[in-house]
Order: sequence, then structure tokens, then C-alpha cells
Amino acid sequence: MSGTVHPDPAPPPRPRRLPALGDGPVAELAGVTKTYPGGVEALRGVDLRIEADEAVAVVGPSGSGKSTLLHLLGTLDLPSSGTVRIAGHDVARLPDRRLAALRATTIGFVFQHFHLTPGTSALDNVADGLLYAKTPPDERRRRAALALERVGLAHRLGHRPHQLSGGEQQRVAVARAVVGEPALLLADEPTGNLDSASGAEVLRVLSAVAATLVIITHDADLAAVLPRRVRMRDGRIVEEETS
Amino acid sequence: MSPRDLLRVGAVGLRARPSRALLSALGIAIGIATMVAVIGISASSRADLIRQLDSLGTGLLTVTPGQTVRGEQASLPRTAVAMAGQIGPVRGAAATAQLEARIYRSDLIPPERTGGVSVQAATQRLLDTLQGTGAWFSPATSRYPTVVLGAVAAQRLGARGGDQVWVGERWFTVLGVLDPLPLAPEIDRSALVGWPAAAEHLGFDGHPTTVYVRADPESVTDVAAVLPRTVNPEHPEETTVARPSDALAARAAAAGALTNLLLGLGGVALLVGGVGIANTMVVSVLERRREIGLRRALGATRTDIRLQFLTESLLLSALGGLAGLALGALVTTGYALGHGFPPTLDAWAPAGAVAATLLVGVTAGIYPAARAARLSPTVALSAP
Repeated sequence: MSGTVHPDPAPPPRPRRLPALGDGPVAELAGVTKTYPGGVEALRGVDLRIEADEAVAVVGPSGSGKSTLLHLLGTLDLPSSGTVRIAGHDVARLPDRRLAALRATTIGFVFQHFHLTPGTSALDNVADGLLYAKTPPDERRRRAALALERVGLAHRLGHRPHQLSGGEQQRVAVARAVVGEPALLLADEPTGNLDSASGAEVLRVLSAVAATLVIITHDADLAAVLPRRVRMRDGRIVEEETS
Repeated sequence: MSPRDLLRVGAVGLRARPSRALLSALGIAIGIATMVAVIGISASSRADLIRQLDSLGTGLLTVTPGQTVRGEQASLPRTAVAMAGQIGPVRGAAATAQLEARIYRSDLIPPERTGGVSVQAATQRLLDTLQGTGAWFSPATSRYPTVVLGAVAAQRLGARGGDQVWVGERWFTVLGVLDPLPLAPEIDRSALVGWPAAAEHLGFDGHPTTVYVRADPESVTDVAAVLPRTVNPEHPEETTVARPSDALAARAAAAGALTNLLLGLGGVALLVGGVGIANTMVVSVLERRREIGLRRALGATRTDIRLQFLTESLLLSALGGLAGLALGALVTTGYALGHGFPPTLDAWAPAGAVAATLLVGVTAGIYPAARAARLSPTVALSAP
């Protein structure tokens, strides 16, 4: 399929919005450790502050704790000690229902393996991004169409995942992640399964549509594109640079 | 989530693996079909008995001699029929009397081979009183050596109207054959001889052994109460009054006895079907860990996940239940039409089937749904 080299129309200008709570950071980790059952120490005291509209790359070798960091930022897991605040909420104090609501409205995820529902159109895959945010079905589909337009896939609404190229599938996943206009977009190796051309396209779309963007990656070239880079090793942040 | 969304999300797993869904629903379908068919068939056969009862009427009574106080076989007085006919609400009275004579197809048959056909004297009004149809005596032929055969007796003897049969020590002519009498099966197995002919040719003493009384249906109980005193004023205690339609009514009531056993069998099938669904659901949860993780990442609460899998389990069992209901109704209709019963399915049977289906679906789904809800949401992020 020639979708990856197809000159897509430029996405609409990146929306600016206020963070959910005051002017504080979108995410804030203070003295965070995470020890898994069995004694594996994935994080050994991490302090990290991510402001609204930042774009951050988290880099590091496997086992450095960057995946665990992403899980904590995404409220999919809780810290063993220390505090994680997302949009001002201490996640350890929230019950499952409130955590889920936070994920539904404030956090978007993009995965290395896309995780699209097979046999379901791009439009419905994206609309499912609003399924748990109490949005009525018609509204979900309307906003899904807009989100697909923003990632340059307005011409692929009815296509099923297997009819799309890898890059297009990942852009559908990006549309699903941002359809709810989350304050924080988390991406785990978003270009890990793509060739460099579609990877670059996905990265361009990600930076264009995300409010605050955190990307986890091995890829030094990809990380170099983002203004802020956090390097991890053995569960600690060992280096930070801003360009 | 709205019910519509819940239904759509609950159907995701079924749409992804339709053949597995069909197979696991099959167990429920078999269980429900068995139960519905058992209930339907027994209801249809009961409806048939009640219909028979309605057409035969419940007004027929029989009076038979019981035993004397000394334990000997009592007998009814010669006047019994006439006396019974005097009771107000009685529309007809007749009698039969068991004769000593035996009937054979010919005089060459050894005496011990009676063929189980008894010879009875019958009064002129018997056919009338029983509301039977078929060949019958005229007042004239009832004086001559002629017999009318009951339906079963004719079959056993292999005789038809016009044949000669050997009764007692002489030839009798068969006048014809009676149609079956469901309320007096003993007549079906008899060869009947006219009352006067029996006295003349077979040494009959004139004492009836069974008096048949047809009463108005609404006064049957009253008639039954006065019959012993009327028929046998000297020894009312030596008579037994029975209502042959009671036997049919009892059969209608007893139609449920075997049903319970078969119903239990259907219940076991349903239970096994439920276990099958639970098993399918457990496997489905294991296979769909990443989907569950993704949904959690998209903002699904544990409750949302639990409801999704409960809905899937309910849909599976509802699928089986509806198929089973249709199959059961089909079997009932086929069986009933094949036996000439009116196809009958009480409304509570489908309602019960639906209720049982939902119960099984929820029960089978509880454990897998709880497992799905407990799953850590981080699995979706990890590589496959």
C-alpha cells in the first residue's frame, strides 16, 4: 500500500488548552520507587516534573525502568513509595473508578503494537477511545471523524486495520488516543514497528496533535527530535537535556 | 456504559470467534430444548386426554356387585336396570351380565383356548347408554343366537359380521362389530349376546353383573350417592359404584410423573451447558488479556470489564436458550401432530426457559468476569 508516501494534507494547527487543574504540572513524580513482587526494583527514587505542552522523550536500555515509569504516568500501576500526581491528583489516593475516569479523560496511550480491534473500521476504533468517557455514540463518531482528519486519514474512515499500512494503523491509534483531547499523551515505542518513513510521519502527527507528549523509546534519532530528553538507567534518571 | 454500548462490547468476543460461540451455546440449547420438549409433549398429551374426556363426557357411572358380609361374591337383583332408570337425572340405564359360556372361532378349537374374550349378555339400551357406535341388536335379533363383537374381541377372534362363531354348544351368527368404547374397555374385549337370547340359549339367570348409568353431568355425584340403595335396596352395601371417566382424569393428572424425571435430565444437560460456557469464558479471558488491558487504558473501570464479560456470557447462553426454545417447540409440535395431540405449550414453560437461561448465563459468567476485572491493566503495554 502506498499510504506511507501519500502526501497527506497538513494536520490542522495544534490545539492549545489549559491543564485540567490550575497551572500546575501535568505530571509530577516525587521520590517514586517501584518494587515488583519477587524483589525486582524497577524504579529507585525518581523525581520528574512534566509541564503542560512539553514534549519529552524517555530513553534508556531495556530494564532501565522506562516502561514502569510510563505505567505510573498512565496510572496503570501504583508506586511502591513516593507520590505520582497527574493533573494535580495523587493517584495512590484515587479509587479504581476515579483512576479509570482519569485515563478516560486526561491520559491517552499509543502502543508499539497499535492494539486496534480487528474487523472494526478505523472510525469505530477511534470512537472507542471515547467509549468509557460517557460520550453519546453519535458524538463519539463525529469526534472520531475529526480526529482521523487531524492525523491525515480523513480518506480512510471505513477501512479496517488489515486494509491499512503499519504507519496508517499507528496514526489510527494516535487518533484514538487524542480523540478525547487528553492533557497527557503517552507513547510506548510508537515507531518501533514501522519503517523510518512512516515512523517519521507518525512522530510528526504525534507532536502535532498531542497537548503534552511523553515518548518512550530506544531510538536516539527519534529522541533527538524532541525538545526535552530524559535518560534512564537502573531505575534512576541519570541525565536530562533540553534543547 | 449505556445498555446499547454494553451489548455491543459484550458481543465483541462472539463476533471474533463465532464457531466457538456456537459450540458453547449448543450445550445450553440442548438442555433448554430437552426441557421445553418434555414440558410441551406432556402438556400436549394431557390436553389430548382432557379433550377426550370432554368428548366422552363424565356422566357415565357403573354399578357392580361387591362382596357380601361373609366374603362371597354378591349379585345384583334382576330389577337393577329398571330401578336405576327411575332416578330423575338418569338419561339411560343398561346392563351386562357375565355368562359362563365361552366363544370360539369354530367348534374345532380346543376348549381351553378361549382367546381372552368373554361372553356377556347385554340389554337393548347398552349401546345408547354408552353412547357407542357400530353394529347393534334390533329387538328381534336380540332373541336369536346372534352376537355383537367388541372391537378387540373381533380382532382376537378374527371374525366379522356374517361369520359363524361357536358359543356355548352351538353356532351363533356375528351381527357386526362395535367401535372402541374408551370409557368401557371391558365391552371391547367381549362378545355380546341379546338379553333374551342369553336366557333362552345359554341358561342365563337374569342377574346383571354391571349396570351402566348415564346421568346428567352436573348431578353425577348425587346419582352416584343414591345408586346403591336404588339398585339393591336390600343390600346397598354390596354394590360398588364407579365413574370410568375418573380413570382418564387420573391419567391426565399422572402425565406429570415421568415428566419430572425427564425434566431433571434436561436440567443436567443445562448445567453441563453452563459449565461449557464458563470454560469458554475462562479461555476467552486468558486470550484477551491485551484487549482487557487496552480497555483499561482507554478508561474502563473494573466494573466495566466485569459487565462486559458477564454480558458476553449472558449473550452466549441467551443464544443457546433461544435456539433451544425454538428446537423444543419444534419437537413438541412434531411429536404432538404425529400422535394426533393438540400441540400445547403453557406460557410458563418458555418463560421458565428464559429465566433458566439467564440464571445459567450469569452464574457461568461470574468467575471469568471477576478474573477479567482483576487483571492488571499494564499487560496491554507489554509486547505480545
